[in-house]
Amino acid sequence: MNRAALVAFWSFWRRNPLQLFTLVAGLALATALWSGVQALNAEARASYDAAASVLGEGRYDQVVPRAGESFSQDLYLDLRRNGWQAGPVLEGQFTAGATRLRLVGIDPLTAPAGLGPVSRAGDTALQDMVTAGVIFAHPDVAEALRDAVSQTVVADSGLPPDTALTDIGAAQRLLDRPDEISRLVLSETQPMGRAPLDEVAPDLVLQPSQQSADIAQLTDSFHLNLTAFGMLSFAVGIFIVHGAIGLAFEQRRGMVRTLRTLGLPLRRLIGLMVLELLILALVAGGIGVVLGYMIAASLLPDVAATLEGLYGAQISGALNLNPSWWMSSLAIALLGTALAAGGALWRIARMPVLASGKARAWAVDSGRLRGLQGGAVAVLLAGSAVLIVLGDGLIAGFAGLACLLIGAALGLPLILDVTLSLAQRRARGVRWQWFWADTRQQLPGLRLALMALLLAMAANVGVSTMVSSFRLTFIGFLDQRLTSELYVGVKTEDEATRLQQFAGPRTDAILPLLSVDTRLADQPTQLFGARVGPSYSDNWTFIARDGPVWDRVERGEAVIINEQLARRADLWPGDSLDLTPDVTLPIAGVVGDYGNPEGQAVIGETLFRNLHPSFTATRFGLRSDTPEALRAALVDEFGLDPGQITDQAGLKRFSLDVFERTFTVTGALNILTLAVAGFAMLMSLLTIAGMRVPQLAPAWALGITRSELGRLELLRAVILAALSLLVALPLGLALAWMLLAVINVEAFGWRLPMYLFPLDYARLSAFALLAALLAALWPARRLARTPAAHLLKVFANAN
Amino acid sequence: MLLEITDLKKSYIGPDGRIEVLRGIDLSIDSGQTLALTGESGSGKSTLLHLVGGLDEADEGRIAIDGTDITGLDDAGRAALRRETVSIVFQQFNLIPSLDVAANIAFQARLAGKHDAARAQALADALGLADQLGKYPEDLSGGQQQRVAIARTLAAKPRLVLADEPTGNLDEATAANVLEQMLALVAETGAALMMATHSPGLAARLDTRVHLSLGRLA
Repeated sequence: MNRAALVAFWSFWRRNPLQLFTLVAGLALATALWSGVQALNAEARASYDAAASVLGEGRYDQVVPRAGESFSQDLYLDLRRNGWQAGPVLEGQFTAGATRLRLVGIDPLTAPAGLGPVSRAGDTALQDMVTAGVIFAHPDVAEALRDAVSQTVVADSGLPPDTALTDIGAAQRLLDRPDEISRLVLSETQPMGRAPLDEVAPDLVLQPSQQSADIAQLTDSFHLNLTAFGMLSFAVGIFIVHGAIGLAFEQRRGMVRTLRTLGLPLRRLIGLMVLELLILALVAGGIGVVLGYMIAASLLPDVAATLEGLYGAQISGALNLNPSWWMSSLAIALLGTALAAGGALWRIARMPVLASGKARAWAVDSGRLRGLQGGAVAVLLAGSAVLIVLGDGLIAGFAGLACLLIGAALGLPLILDVTLSLAQRRARGVRWQWFWADTRQQLPGLRLALMALLLAMAANVGVSTMVSSFRLTFIGFLDQRLTSELYVGVKTEDEATRLQQFAGPRTDAILPLLSVDTRLADQPTQLFGARVGPSYSDNWTFIARDGPVWDRVERGEAVIINEQLARRADLWPGDSLDLTPDVTLPIAGVVGDYGNPEGQAVIGETLFRNLHPSFTATRFGLRSDTPEALRAALVDEFGLDPGQITDQAGLKRFSLDVFERTFTVTGALNILTLAVAGFAMLMSLLTIAGMRVPQLAPAWALGITRSELGRLELLRAVILAALSLLVALPLGLALAWMLLAVINVEAFGWRLPMYLFPLDYARLSAFALLAALLAALWPARRLARTPAAHLLKVFANAN
Repeated sequence: MLLEITDLKKSYIGPDGRIEVLRGIDLSIDSGQTLALTGESGSGKSTLLHLVGGLDEADEGRIAIDGTDITGLDDAGRAALRRETVSIVFQQFNLIPSLDVAANIAFQARLAGKHDAARAQALADALGLADQLGKYPEDLSGGQQQRVAIARTLAAKPRLVLADEPTGNLDEATAANVLEQMLALVAETGAALMMATHSPGLAARLDTRVHLSLGRLA
């Protein structure tokens, strides 16, 4: 019995391969986009975890030099003698052939428990690391390292990407930095009464663990953005699957009735249908997982560049997927199928055995549901408004966004129905009346594809508006901040002093880059000291200010903070900020800051030097009308290495490059989503074309030629796409506003101004209409070439 | 007695209130017997066939097939009845459009686990379908489709064949031909036949004729 029924089910797909393809392709695409994004997230998270667990990044308090990159080993010994429980770490860039890697040296015996291979104490690896200088390296650099060093190299995928770990003695030799230490990692328990750091090593500062920002936390918003896009793509794909399954089940109502009248019990029938869907979901899910892997692999380099550029987070450039990812991807395919097929299965389960075997007129069905749908639209849009106005946090922002998009998608068929009904009433001539009425009749069959198209187009408008607004603002921000023509980095305090003496007469201004990491208003913050002058006062623009900002800052009477700190701590001009227990300043201005996710505060140079007397600037901005001549003098006369000088244009280029790469992933997902929506349209039109013959045969019989019917089919697709576009444009702009004013504020702490880009929208509209035209071309051509015998058969079989 | 119907009642709730379709039917058929059920549209012919075929549930009364009352059967029990004992020929043929003629003929027998390829072929031959076996229902005429439906029914070797206006969609000559073949094959298998029809001419060719009017046997 089971076999006979399954053969009957399968025969349907065999006779309707296009529908089978639509279902499998829709589900595979949905799974691919979702699992691809999840693969990217999983890879990045694995890298963060590796960094946190193996190198202790962000977990422990650290002691770091006030200036420069390293300090003498003697200072470490002094601290040990004075009771400080600390493990030394040396870090540097090591070149192994053509591969550059990060070499980290630790002392396994004094490192805090859990750091590096110490967690595997007792393992022979620890002993080998200390005695034989064995190097543990991430697999992506292990091979290159083996060729470059004499020690044994052990590949260890638990390490962060592009990183190798060894004993500090071995690292000092390999990096040619004898007796140097980059930082000390402090044990969580320290003896009471140990000598204060200031006394033992005044050139070192304590960096609490909270200040080493948790990379996973910092990058959460980026991953949430990716996830949101993955979900949108998944939703668009599921629209296709829902349409395909819904149509297939409608068409199989007759078969279902026959099977039941021939003695197949309902429960068995439903069970076999579930089995059929399960098999299809696993096949499509499997294809989707492979496609997802390919998508993730192609996007990973850009994601890696983005995360490194934006957050300094290193992630592996190669995918390393575990079985749980495969399983979860298949699970999402099954869940998607269940979501898409649940309603259809429910209707079949409730269908009386004597119900009509003919596919129901969808228009009638949707007519009954219209009231319910309208109610759902109202609830969703109201929910979106409530979440935006009253909600708090990123999740509420995304929930508001989801309500808006789903509400608009559900509302689209209602809007189209009303519009087409209006057009029908106003049409002149019976042919056009028929055209509008017929278009209206097609709505139920096309609504899912049109909803998918709406979402994809709105996402495109919204995201491109957001990215372009961000780009404009970011370029303005770079112009504002990167005022110096040259930026120079030196290695020592002495070199810094000589540089200022040398550059003084040759520049318009020297701007030392003074900054320390600290905590202000309970937020991790970078505190900057500014040498106030036209470079700042002529260029910086404030989003909120109180009086003559720069004069007050120069006099040490006020502080400027960035928008991130202002929003997180709810501090605005007029409020006060405690810089130290003894120094509290009023806030004079809040600046937009689109370069980092952290809080920043700016005070005058004099005050900064008073608060941090031992800080020495090692980076300087140099103002000059003749930057090329200045650069030449710095290299030829002062003796700087050209690598120590960065020009403004280069820095801007680099920053914009990071920016563009940041949105490469978003752009790619955007295009994929639009492609999926176009595919949905094509498949819906093709599927419907097969069912159109009985509807068009009477029109043909009454005198409309087949080629005219074909042309009208084309026109219909373009009109429906154009109407969807009219809804997509305002929806996309609403989406952009929410991304800029709600999501960005929650995710990054800044609010961007919104700009409009009519030319971009016009181009997108043209593409969308062209896509609809192309999607309709094949079905319309098929219709125009329908043999007269097929059309006649409609009348012959009208029984 | 193969089929015994006692005081069978059935009503529906319509837009204008309750409609009593069957108001107490008593009827019996023995194996090998053929019975024509006549009556105007809405007289309850199809309802009676649906109740006997286990497609619908009676309000009151008893339907016994081989002495077993089927009115208390659940969905699975009624499905088993349709699979193994009773088979129905519909006016609309109810073929599976995605299966070819050969697969359609064998389908119910396969469901019941009684498939006999030789018998299916013999039925196809007898009904003039031998050269149509690879075609799909949409490629067949109405008369051919109904012959496939009859072959499907008889291939499953039911004890009782129910036919609801089986020739209602066919022209007069084709209808006569199809009925002739069906009666011959039913007689050959020894099954009983209960057929609803509007046509007095077709009804006259069956062993017994009962007329249904306003839900009662006249």
